Amino acid sequence: MADQKDFAAQAMEFAPQLYSAALRMTRNRADAEDLVQEAYLRGFRSFHTFAEDTNLRAWLFRILTNAYINTYRAKQRRPQESELGEIEDLYLYRRLGSMETAAASMSAEEQFLDLFTDDEVKQALEDLPDIFRLPVLLADVEGFAYKEIAEMLDIPIGTVMSRLHRGRKAMQRALYEYAEARGLTRHLDDKAREG
Amino acid sequence: MANCNETIRELDAFLDGELPDHVQSHVHAHLDSCMDCLQAFDFQAELKIAIRRKCNADEMPDGLLHRIETCFNIDLDGDGVIGPR
Repeated sequence: MADQKDFAAQAMEFAPQLYSAALRMTRNRADAEDLVQEAYLRGFRSFHTFAEDTNLRAWLFRILTNAYINTYRAKQRRPQESELGEIEDLYLYRRLGSMETAAASMSAEEQFLDLFTDDEVKQALEDLPDIFRLPVLLADVEGFAYKEIAEMLDIPIGTVMSRLHRGRKAMQRALYEYAEARGLTRHLDDKAREG
Repeated sequence: MANCNETIRELDAFLDGELPDHVQSHVHAHLDSCMDCLQAFDFQAELKIAIRRKCNADEMPDGLLHRIETCFNIDLDGDGVIGPR
């Protein structure tokens, strides 16, 4: 059984990760700060239930996720599984994959996908409806296993997988739209032709 | 050996490290012999890395840590006991 006096020493190192995740969840700084603080308070109060040989980071993320769902989802309309519409597999690759070679020749140092700004990628993630955003955040950004995500969100593993799949494709569609909007695709086309 | 459609269907779980060993090795075998699928998988793998890198490094506001730690030392619920219930 974990001792409460050890909580700060063990748990505070995860604060920066929890804050970043909270920002992706709440989409604003003030709410993200409140959410992280709320998660730490809940963690502190229930630390005696934490089994010491298990994963503290996953335990804290579960608390954060629950705090977010309790506090914010109640305010939102209920999103539908189908609302992202049909998006083909490999959406971004089918459109930009062939340009990757051209981009690589521009500069060996520069990774093709770094052509997207941090803000564009964050926005593409934050624009996903909650039911898709949380699985993508927990899997792609935080690296949790399907089973851990299923427990955090209290949904079956099959549902985690289908929401992850749909959420990822919607994110790719958003990224493609950003690339088009700022002429990135034209720029890469030209490079490819010069090739 | 799996065909392209079957392989692409496993892409997510493969990159997430969630496939059972025998399916994982089927996918590997296909990728060894199919350049089209290999390129698609590479692209998705890079995308996943880029998303992680760009979404997990927000700077924490000054004072948040202190604000949190302060809460561990005050009588939040007014029951005369510091911290825990």
